[in-house]
Amino acid sequence: MRSATPWPDVVGYLVEATGETLYMVGVSTVIATAFGVPLGVWLQLTAKGGLRPNPAAHRVLGFITDLGRSMPFIVLLVALTSVTRLIVGGSIGSTAVIVPLAVGAIPFVGRLVQNILSEVHVTVVEAAVTTGASTLRIVRSVLIRESLPALINAIGVTVIALIGYSAMAGVIGGGGLGDLAIREGYQRFNDRILWSTVAWLAVLTTLIQLGFTRAARASDRRRHASV
Amino acid sequence: MITVENLTKSFQGVSALNGVTLDVEAGTVLGVVGPSGAGKSTLARCVALLERPDSGAIRVDGTDITALDGSALRAARRQIGVVPQGDSLLRQRTAAGNIALPLESAGVPGPQRRSRVGELLDLVGLTDKAAAYPDQLSGGQRQRIAVARALAANPSVLLADEPTSALDPETTGSVLTVLDRARAELGVTVLVVTHDMGVVRKICDDVAVLEQGRVVEHGKVLDLVGEAGSRTSSALLPAVDLNPINESSYDRVADVVLVGFAAVGALLPEASHRFGVELNIVGGGLTRLGETPVARFRLGLNGERSDSALEWIGEAGGAVQRSLKGPQGVAA
Ligand SMILES: Nc1ncnc2c1ncn2[C@@H]1O[C@H](COP(=O)(O)OP(=O)(O)OP(=O)(O)O)[C@@H](O)[C@H]1O
Ligand SMILES: [Mg+2]
Repeated sequence: MRSATPWPDVVGYLVEATGETLYMVGVSTVIATAFGVPLGVWLQLTAKGGLRPNPAAHRVLGFITDLGRSMPFIVLLVALTSVTRLIVGGSIGSTAVIVPLAVGAIPFVGRLVQNILSEVHVTVVEAAVTTGASTLRIVRSVLIRESLPALINAIGVTVIALIGYSAMAGVIGGGGLGDLAIREGYQRFNDRILWSTVAWLAVLTTLIQLGFTRAARASDRRRHASV
Repeated sequence: MITVENLTKSFQGVSALNGVTLDVEAGTVLGVVGPSGAGKSTLARCVALLERPDSGAIRVDGTDITALDGSALRAARRQIGVVPQGDSLLRQRTAAGNIALPLESAGVPGPQRRSRVGELLDLVGLTDKAAAYPDQLSGGQRQRIAVARALAANPSVLLADEPTSALDPETTGSVLTVLDRARAELGVTVLVVTHDMGVVRKICDDVAVLEQGRVVEHGKVLDLVGEAGSRTSSALLPAVDLNPINESSYDRVADVVLVGFAAVGALLPEASHRFGVELNIVGGGLTRLGETPVARFRLGLNGERSDSALEWIGEAGGAVQRSLKGPQGVAA
């Protein structure tokens, strides 16, 4: 048994790992949003009763989306190694983890977005159609703007999920908080590191959740009005 | 001016419209009524260009709009302002923002948009609610904003599907007033779908009765009320037989319909005077269709020249709908 890691070192570990986690999760969230929102919009437009119904195309893309969603992240992490090497020029490290994280999150975001957009009432959408608005304008001004608070919350949910997935990044040397807890804390019987990482993760996710809830509320015009 | 010609539409083999033909003169209000499932909403959705008919034509100012696509379709949609059934406002936009939507679609620049929105808020009497969100408005106010939105891009046709179905009678009045102003002040042609004959009574010039996808009655409300046995007359005129009467105390008993101030005020006394008959109102009453007073009375007549008196009433513009005692009535 070694003596416990001094607190300043623990903090040092945490700062470094937090940086890695935020980098991996941040970049992959941006990518997943950039692809997942259009995917969700497209799924909703082509759905039965959507603005551009296309059952065949909807089924195909829906199938691929659900397949992507059902894939365990650890499998994706390993299976995408060659793709990752092609894109980022290497297959280990934080940057390499971003590829499977983003790929895994795109279908997740896509389905969330579609579900949210489908909640916009058909009368509201049709009213916009009768004004002669183009599909693009309806997507922007009606579907997305009307559900913006819910969409922001959905991105928050995605970030939290990605923090969870990123814990497996250690497998390909990605680092981050999860990796710190497992490798330095659990596997080396370092309770101080293990529990301070766990506590910090709880605080961090709570803060992030809070941030998104606030942003969602700020985007909800109705709430502004009622105060 | 809008003309619907021989419109048919079916859903999975079930026919919803079965050759519907009707027209609405420019600047008038047509009420489309009929029982549930008659095809009213299907007709409205076809005219709103939300549903494509299987066959037939819909002409707005002469041009068939049923076969358009792409930007021509969107331009045609701007010609037809639609007040959809139910809540249709964007909840994340203010009342003013909602009214601006069609103007944005039409590419109207900001300053012009704002002044037009101001005019429309004024038209529907909600200037003080410009910055309110739909959640802060009452059902009737929301519906008036929806009417303002429908009128924003200066359409020539205004279409409303059950604009008052979720409202109490008082609020219904305020929404109907706004529809009426739209016709009077902007000259738009209005087509209103409703199951409420009260809407026809208050604002419609013409009425079309739809049953099982067919028009079974179509014409001017004031003409149809004078037609014996028309659906419009039985729905809109006062009942005549609420009190049982003793027919034997009269030589003749007949129902007459009188339309307009002059007829309602003067026709009966004049007939009585001219033909020297005793003329009693034994049932029925007076109502109002739009601005026009309309009466349906059950008359009891005594005197030798009772038949001549009734005939004269018919010639002078009253409609003798039914003679319960004596020769059959003559409709004028
Ligand atoms: N999208 C649809 N799919 C299948 N059937 C439909 C559809 N829309 C309407 N119908 C059918 O067409 C007929 C006419 O319906 P419509 O909604 O036009 O009636 P309506 O006169 O508006 O009735 P209500 O007064 O109840 O609103 C009905 O038999 C209805 O079931
Ligand atoms: Mg209907």
